[in-house]
Amino acid sequence: MTAHPKESKDKDLTSILYLDGVSVSFDGFKALNNLSFVVEPGEMRAIIGPNGAGKTTMMDVITGKTKPDTGEVFFKNGIDLTKYDEAFIANLGIGRKFQKPTVFESQTVFHNLELSLKGDKSVMTTLFAALNDEEVSRIMEVLRIIRLTEKAGDLAGSLSHGQKQWLEIGMLLMQDPDLLLVDEPVAGMTDAETEQTAILLREISATHSVVVVEHDMEFVRALNSKVTVLHEGSVLAEGSLDTVQNNQRVVEVYLGR
Amino acid sequence: MDAINKAQKGPFVSLMTGLPGGGKTFLGILLVAALLVPLSNMFLPPSSPFHVPTYLVSLMGKYICFALLALSVDLIWGFAGILSLGHGAFFALGGYSMGMYLMRQIGDRGVYGNPILPDFMVFLNWTELPWYWYGFDMFPFAMLMVILVPGFLAFVFGWFAFRSRVTGVYLSIITQAMTYALLLAFFRNDMGFGGNNGLTDFKDILGFDLQATGTRLGLFVASLIALAFGYLVCCFITQSKLGRVLIAIRDAESRTRFSGYRVEYYKLFVFVVSAILAGIAGALYVPQVGIINPSEFSPANSIEIVIWVAVGGRGTLWGAVLGAFLINWGKSYFTGSFPDAWLYFLGGLFIFSTLFLPKGIVGTAGIWIDKLKQLRQGKPDMNTPVSVKEEQ
Amino acid sequence: MRIILKIIIAAMLFSVAIQAPARADLEEAAGGLLSKSYGDKIQATEAIAATGDARAILLLETLLAGDLYAVKDTDRLVYRKPANGGDQVTDILTDEDLGDLKSGDLTKIRINNRMRGLIKDLLGRLTLLNEDPLLRLKAADAVFKSRPVEMIVPMGDALAAETDTAVAAAMRRALAALNFVHGDTPEVQGEALLILQEESVPEVRSLLSAEANRLAAIQNPSPENQALAKAIDQALAKVEEKLAMLGVVENIFQGISLGSVLLLAAIGLAITFGVMGVINMAHGEMVMIGAYTTYVVQELCRTFAPELLTFSLIAAIPAAFIVAGLCGVAIERSIIRFLYGRPLETLLATWGLSLVLQQFVRTIFGPTNKEVSSPDWLSGTWEITGGLALTYNRIAIIFFAAAVLVMLMLVLRKTSFGLQMRAVTQNRKMGASMGIRTGWVDAMTFGLGSGVAGMAGVALSQIDNVSPNLGQAYIIDSFMVVVFGGVGNLWGTLVGALSLGITNKFLEPYTGAVLAKILVLVFIILFIQKRPRGLFALKGRAVEN
Repeated sequence: MTAHPKESKDKDLTSILYLDGVSVSFDGFKALNNLSFVVEPGEMRAIIGPNGAGKTTMMDVITGKTKPDTGEVFFKNGIDLTKYDEAFIANLGIGRKFQKPTVFESQTVFHNLELSLKGDKSVMTTLFAALNDEEVSRIMEVLRIIRLTEKAGDLAGSLSHGQKQWLEIGMLLMQDPDLLLVDEPVAGMTDAETEQTAILLREISATHSVVVVEHDMEFVRALNSKVTVLHEGSVLAEGSLDTVQNNQRVVEVYLGR
Repeated sequence: MDAINKAQKGPFVSLMTGLPGGGKTFLGILLVAALLVPLSNMFLPPSSPFHVPTYLVSLMGKYICFALLALSVDLIWGFAGILSLGHGAFFALGGYSMGMYLMRQIGDRGVYGNPILPDFMVFLNWTELPWYWYGFDMFPFAMLMVILVPGFLAFVFGWFAFRSRVTGVYLSIITQAMTYALLLAFFRNDMGFGGNNGLTDFKDILGFDLQATGTRLGLFVASLIALAFGYLVCCFITQSKLGRVLIAIRDAESRTRFSGYRVEYYKLFVFVVSAILAGIAGALYVPQVGIINPSEFSPANSIEIVIWVAVGGRGTLWGAVLGAFLINWGKSYFTGSFPDAWLYFLGGLFIFSTLFLPKGIVGTAGIWIDKLKQLRQGKPDMNTPVSVKEEQ
Repeated sequence: MRIILKIIIAAMLFSVAIQAPARADLEEAAGGLLSKSYGDKIQATEAIAATGDARAILLLETLLAGDLYAVKDTDRLVYRKPANGGDQVTDILTDEDLGDLKSGDLTKIRINNRMRGLIKDLLGRLTLLNEDPLLRLKAADAVFKSRPVEMIVPMGDALAAETDTAVAAAMRRALAALNFVHGDTPEVQGEALLILQEESVPEVRSLLSAEANRLAAIQNPSPENQALAKAIDQALAKVEEKLAMLGVVENIFQGISLGSVLLLAAIGLAITFGVMGVINMAHGEMVMIGAYTTYVVQELCRTFAPELLTFSLIAAIPAAFIVAGLCGVAIERSIIRFLYGRPLETLLATWGLSLVLQQFVRTIFGPTNKEVSSPDWLSGTWEITGGLALTYNRIAIIFFAAAVLVMLMLVLRKTSFGLQMRAVTQNRKMGASMGIRTGWVDAMTFGLGSGVAGMAGVALSQIDNVSPNLGQAYIIDSFMVVVFGGVGNLWGTLVGALSLGITNKFLEPYTGAVLAKILVLVFIILFIQKRPRGLFALKGRAVEN
């Protein structure tokens, strides 16, 4: 992982994430159709859209899981993300939280965070790795942020659904990414947990760029950020939540024609 | 907090200060066996009830090789979730490497008395030693091959398979295809490995007569040392952060990737280590049983190894050793006393252990011990041994 | 004029052949065989053939085989055949049973190599004029292969008299080969060449190339020889081309035949593994159970309705389906349903089951192979040309495999059970909430896959040994086919089976059977790296789970 990504000469970008004309199709079904949008550094962006709008596929394209058929995907100063695989992109500084909370269930909360620690992730380094004090305090800090200090020694599998969501966000923080992609962070959470999660994400967005995919409109309102509406694989509308909600086409898509 | 301690110390200190559940007892048993069995064989009269006859020493030596093989499978299956149905191939390749050395040691004492060519080559009217038999007359070279040949095959196979993300049952099926292809290949006479009959009629190893009691005791102790070494290697790996990455891969491969780990390299590393351990086991097995033939490559053999691990308890390391001992002892007993019942028993064991004992003997015992501890302490204990994820 | 002469001679020969047996002549001629001198014996042999007696053939054949004896006391010529307890001795001329004579009473009639050659030629001549066209055909083919110079004239005569077109063609070919080999002028050879180059049998190729080599070795060849050599080269190219074509056709047929066997073995697996995602390592044992069911049906037929024995194979098809299907349902209900979502555990448990089933069959039927006989209507070969012959049972298996595939597709696509099955496999919870009894569908699907495997067993009993290990031989190949073709797609299984079968057969001539199989395995291992989901893979979200 020593090789530096080639920097594209003709893209002098200030944005942290830049998608232009991205299309992906599976067996004739267009999951993404000429999708273009931009996220600025330090921005928090909410993405909404009905089922099948292409939200998860978009995340797959950004994180290198799916290669687009056409289109450009750039990160930071023109790093072409379509050239790299998941692990490389993760180490570049893009963290991803899955729709279904995915943590390492048979390991402790502490180890879950340890595994996500930013650093050299080559095989031999990992084999002989030992934590230093700085790293331990970093883990303790994240434990505090995600409110799981008490549970540090518990197996991740024994956590409640909401706690797992937080743990996964905590794992993203350990990676210290420039951009966080968060897929439905409040699915299955109680109202109180949802509220806390909104606060947590706002805290995070103070120091990171965050893209949140969510269905829950109350939560999106609580995030208080710019909203992008996806429909059938492309952007339908963009703006503040109020603007978007008053957009005639968005209403049509959500209420049916 | 134990978890923090372990992560902070790194693998060396972890290994020095504490082996995972029951590890010290296990190594202790190996040490005692390494001391007592030779002493008993040499100094107790055959009439004594504690005398270990030589045939039993060899039999146990064989089991120990199987135990090391089981350990190698547990390392990849129990910790990284890679179910190899072709590990017998690495065992057999290690065995063939040793067999080739032993074959060259026969020299002109073979039936045809050819000082260079093994008997089967003379029989096939070959006039020259094939190039890949060169060097096997030297013990260090042969031992190097015991490690390199299985390791290289595992590297090439794993490189392709893991890089293209072949996982789960697909991987299992192609590992089976791999050992099947090798089985067919080694059956061919023109491969130059003795075809159907394999390599046999060995005379001596490093100048020691293979039939002599002393040699047999030596091989027994060597096998025990190899098993202890293999166990320590496995402990070192599984106690390290790399071990935790492997478990992460086993439980949530995609998450591990998105956390920035090159999953394929991790799998490749542990797969190669495991293949080398299996190869060492094969190399120690061959001089003790006196033969190596293509049947070691048969897919059925490889699946049987997996059931040793499953019965003992995957992801527990010494559980795999226990399983290998129990089932092979059962096999010796059944095939001696009730030959027709053995396949019923083995087949039944496959079904029973997957249905009713998914964590194996050691895993299930571990759960009970934890429950007892919880009852006594009144609070949950966090230092449970690594357990296998199950969706029950 | 020549033609008329030939006809006359042929008619004479022919009339001799069908004349009423002149026993006295034959006995007289045969008497010469008792002489010690080989010269006398040779004369006697020629005389025997000259009688044209139908029994002369038997006599000469027995003599050639070294089975002709003379009884010491009576000088009767006899042959022995093994009977209960001892040898039965029969008079070769009168067919009279002389009972059990001791070896000491008999003297063997010895022959030397010169006689052997002579007898062969004489036999060829005699059978060329036999009443049975099949024998005449065989005789013509025998001459075509051995090409003795002395047969040129008799062959020409026989050809002129021949009425059967197929036999005549064989004779023309044999005569051409004779003229080509023994003809002393390039014209005769050239004429023969024109006939030979239309043939597509390997012998013609070796014949032509041998002659081409001979001509090439001649120093300062005459213009005629040069022309002939050129003509031979052209003819050789023509024959080679035909043979190559035939080779390709034969390879394709053999490949399709192997592919259809693979398809039969794998198609049940395509359902249990492909549709349900269950790794059933006991699949091969379902095939084995089907084969044993065939055996049991045959034995029942033999005991209770021997006149229907030739149709027992037909009856075995539904029987095998039901027996193996019921086994499948039982397995699903007792083991597999507890292991859904744990494919690796399923793999181990079903492997254990396969061991138990093998041992069970071994306990009941014993470890030895059981004989399942081929009915008359499946035995024999269909000879398309000299170089290409297809056996009927292979052809039948191809059609059977196709029929099973079509039936299975109809069940999956056109029946309500097929609909329910697809619904459950795609979304179990949704299916259950729509009122589908998912447990029942699982059991039936597994039963269907196993039943189809059982039917495969019926077919395999015709080409493979029926033994407890039958299934083991097919399990890895079956998985290869399904994985290669792509999971969850019957077309993929078809294409996978056929392409693996054909690849195997095209490799075999170059590498041998074992290496071909190894290469195919390695190819699949590499292929899975490239397309982990097989040839016809589903894409997108459906794959994720």
